[in-house]
This record gives sequence, structure tokens and C-alpha cells, in this order.
Amino acid sequence: MTDIPAAALASADTRAAAPQMRHSFGDRRNVVNGLMTGVLWLMAVIAAIPLFSVLYMLISQGGTRISFETLTSLPPAGFMAGGGFGNAILGTLVMVGIAGLISVPIGVMGGVFLGAVAPESTLASIVRFVAKTLTGFPSILAGVFVFGFLVLSMGTYSAIAGGVALAVGMLPTVMLTAEQAVRMVPQRMKDAAVGMGCTPAQAAWKVTLPAALPGVMTGVMLAVAGAAGESAPILFTALFSSFWIESLFEPTASLSILIFNFSGMPFPNQIELAWAASLVLVLIVLVFNILSRLFGAPKL
Amino acid sequence: MSLAAVDIPASDAGILPDRDYAIRADVSKIFYGDFLAVRDSRIGVEKGKITGFIGPSGCGKSTVLRSLNRMNDLIPIFRLEGTVDFMGQDIYAKGVDPVAVRRYIGMVFQQPNPFSMSIYENVAFGLRLNRFKGDMDERVQSALEKAGLWKEVKDKLKQSGLALSGGQQQRLCIARAIATQPSVLLMDEPCSALDPIATRIVEELMLELKQDFSVAIVTHNMQQAVRVADTTAFFSVDISQGGRTGFLVEVGPTKQLFDEPREKLTRDYVSGQFS
Repeated sequence: MTDIPAAALASADTRAAAPQMRHSFGDRRNVVNGLMTGVLWLMAVIAAIPLFSVLYMLISQGGTRISFETLTSLPPAGFMAGGGFGNAILGTLVMVGIAGLISVPIGVMGGVFLGAVAPESTLASIVRFVAKTLTGFPSILAGVFVFGFLVLSMGTYSAIAGGVALAVGMLPTVMLTAEQAVRMVPQRMKDAAVGMGCTPAQAAWKVTLPAALPGVMTGVMLAVAGAAGESAPILFTALFSSFWIESLFEPTASLSILIFNFSGMPFPNQIELAWAASLVLVLIVLVFNILSRLFGAPKL
Repeated sequence: MSLAAVDIPASDAGILPDRDYAIRADVSKIFYGDFLAVRDSRIGVEKGKITGFIGPSGCGKSTVLRSLNRMNDLIPIFRLEGTVDFMGQDIYAKGVDPVAVRRYIGMVFQQPNPFSMSIYENVAFGLRLNRFKGDMDERVQSALEKAGLWKEVKDKLKQSGLALSGGQQQRLCIARAIATQPSVLLMDEPCSALDPIATRIVEELMLELKQDFSVAIVTHNMQQAVRVADTTAFFSVDISQGGRTGFLVEVGPTKQLFDEPREKLTRDYVSGQFS
């Protein structure tokens, strides 16, 4: 304790004595403050350790195999040397593209409905509840579901089925972030639209959605990044292929399944390729995350 | 002072004879759900003049103003009994589309509220909405000139309207509202979010606007009404029945309303005995 004059403490009247305002390191609250700040620092550092160690491992193990060849050639068979995973990169991009084509229009328009058109309606509260539940849904169930209604009926694993399964996972993210972004548009801007003689649909379409676009794009990019890294939904729907994709209606390679397959093989070449593919996958996810930050940055 | 004891009969003098009105409102009751917000208010917006609405908080002046272009329809529990005659048609009549009403009767809000698009697109917005086929650039320029903003923004029309200062944003909103050349311009405390200099600019602007538009303005600021309004309507609030119901007390030429009001309530208000 610092020596605050007893008279001041006793009377609880700060005007009674000369003010004691010097900083003291021994003061109890200063000690506690220092300790707590240190603990918070430590926790923040610990939270960053896994990310950076994974990145370090991927770069040190997979970085050496990244080359034009690995990015553009087909996976090698058994004991073969060389090869790559160009078809898996392409397959992942194709399936994420299909998923985006399905989930972005539905999700964004659904989000506009939830946030701007009829936020209080029964339909909106049902859809919102379902979407929130779906965000916590195990992604493998999306795969099983699409396997049941697409793969079996089409009679083949396919990029289409993989894309649909990924879309099931992306939809709630896109929709709920779009709703949030639409809600964040100031009410006075929506009032202005109505005051100008907009119908509710025109106000939502011409004023609210453009104003919300940065937030909407952030959600889309995060959903794309998430979908690119998914493996479970694809396992049951697109399966895998060692060849270039020729049609959307045949089994299709993807990075995540390639990593899964190759990392379990007893061949050093394949294991190296699995590391390199992991690095490429992380970079793809990273690019979309960075894009989401760029879109989300406030603009004037 | 307590308003409870004062029982002012509804004014019949809201619409003066031999005047030319763009809007004649005869509002007998406005409800929000069960709550009676405004009663017995007959008020006109004169052609080519500025009509000021003054009164204490909760007196219903903004509610009445927003009823004149059906902005209150956004509030689901809003209900109006009475008529609002705009050029011979009751805008509350069955079959009238409020969206169409608002294209004839424009609105400027309390907070500047430009859209998050370029200055040019903000002004062109209403024109595009109405499928304007003429010379867009010319109309945008003339609206910005009338709003006194052209010189400041002519080199940055592609910049976002949100990058302007508060006073400039409000003038942009005025330009946006007048670009479609509405008959009437409703202004709901348009200067309350502005600094004194921006306020003066907007007030001067209003005096020029009345050559082309009929203007109704709600203001908290009695001096502002004195400076700009030709006619002033004084609303007050009646708390006698336990609620807070606004009503029109008196309408008159601004000078007369402030210098020699007919009603005691008006005199008490303009002399600053309550606010």
C-alpha cells in the first residue's frame, strides 16, 4: 500500500490532505494489473502457436515440392517418381465454383429477405433458426445426404454432387452474414429510399443491398474458404479421380481427398506430394480469407 | 407550466381562405396502435411558400409532416382518420399507391442520409427510378446548382456521397429530393444535425427553393421558423387524458403568430414559457 495519509482514508475526504498521486510499483492494484496483463499476453501467444506451427511445418515439409510440375501434372501411381496434383487443384476449384453458383444467389437473396424484406415474419424466423442449426451441422452429413439423393439417383459420383454437398455447407454462412450486413445498413438510408418513392423491393435491391455489399462479400469469401478446405462432404459425393476432369458428371479429384489418400500411402513420393498439396490448399484458403478482409474493409 | 388544465378547442383556422394550397390536410386523428398521437389538426401547405411547423417535443408536428407523403405507412400500427388532399386527390383514399405519392411529395430527413453511392448517382437516383429519358447530366447539374452544392462537388461527382461533410450531405439530399421536381418538399428538422454555418446555408437555400416548390418544414428552433417560414403552424401537446396527444393550436402568418398570437398557449410558447 502506498502511504495515503490516514486522515484522508478515515474521513474519505480527498480534500483533507495533500494529494498523493505518484505511481508506485509496489501498490497492490499495480502488481495485479501487471500480472493480469502478462497472463493475457501469454494466452494470446499460445492461441497463435498452433497456426504458426502448422504453417511452419507445411512450408518446411511441402514447400520444397512446390513446382510447376506438381501444380500441373497428374498424381503418380504406386512406385513412380515425380507427378503432381494439378487435377486435384482444378477439381477443388470447379466444385467450389459449383457450390458458389448454387449457394451465393440463394444465400444472398435469402439474407436480404431475412434482413430487409420481412425480418419479423414467421417464415424468416423459421429460416433463420434452420440456418443457424445448419451452421453447426457435421459436414459429413451433408455428404451422406447428397449421396442419398444425387449420387444414387445419378448412378455415379460427380463434381456436381460434390458441389451440391459443399453448397449445403456454404448456404447458411452466406445467408446469415448477408442478413447481418443488410441489417447493418443504417435505417435512415432505407427511409431515404422509401422517401424517394421506392417500392420495398426497389429499396432492398437498389439501396440496401449495394450498401451492404462489402459485408455480403466477406461472408461469401469466408464460405468459399471454408468449402475449399472441406473433405467430408466430398468423400461421399465426388470421390476421387487420378485423371483430369472431363465432365461434371464423373468422379472428380480434390485437394483434400488427395491429401487424405496420399498421406496414408507407404511411398515417400506420395507423402511429399500430400504435404505440398496441403500447403497449396492452405494458400488457397488464405487467399480467400485475405479477399474477405479486403472486401470487408470500410469504404467511403 | 402544466398543459393539463388548458383545454384549447381544435383550431378551424388551419386552412385560411383565399390561399392557394398544394396540400390541405384535415387530420382528425392519428393513432399508433391504441395510442392517440395527434388529434384535430387542419393544416395546409401553401403553393410557393414555406410553412413552418413548430411546437414542443411530442406535439405531433413530425408525425403530421410525415403523414403528408405517407412515410408513416412504414410503421405498421400507424392509422390516420381524416383526409390529406393533394391537388384534388385524397392521398389516403382507397386505391392510392403510397409509393406513387412519395414521387410527387419529396422528403428531406433530420439526419443527412445519402445513399452509399457516388454524388452523381445519389442525385440521379430518383430520375432513374422514374425512368427519366432526358439529359441526365443536365438535370443532375441543375439539381446540384439549386441545392447550392454544384461548385463544391463538380470535380468529384464520382466520389461517394458519404465522403462529404454533414452540411454538404444534407444539401446533397436536398438535391436528390428536388432532382425529380416534386411539387412539394417536406423537411423534417433538416438542420438539427448541422452546425450553425451549414444551417445558415441550408436556410438560405430554402428561401430560394420556394420559388419552385411548396415547402413544409418542421423545426425545433423558433428563430429558424421566423427566418424562413411565411406561415407558421404551432402544435402543442395535450396530456389531459393521461396520454400525450398532439394537436394544432394556431396557424398564421409567421410575424403575426410570433408578435400577436391569438391563443394564450401560443403566446406562452413563443415567449419561451415552456418548450
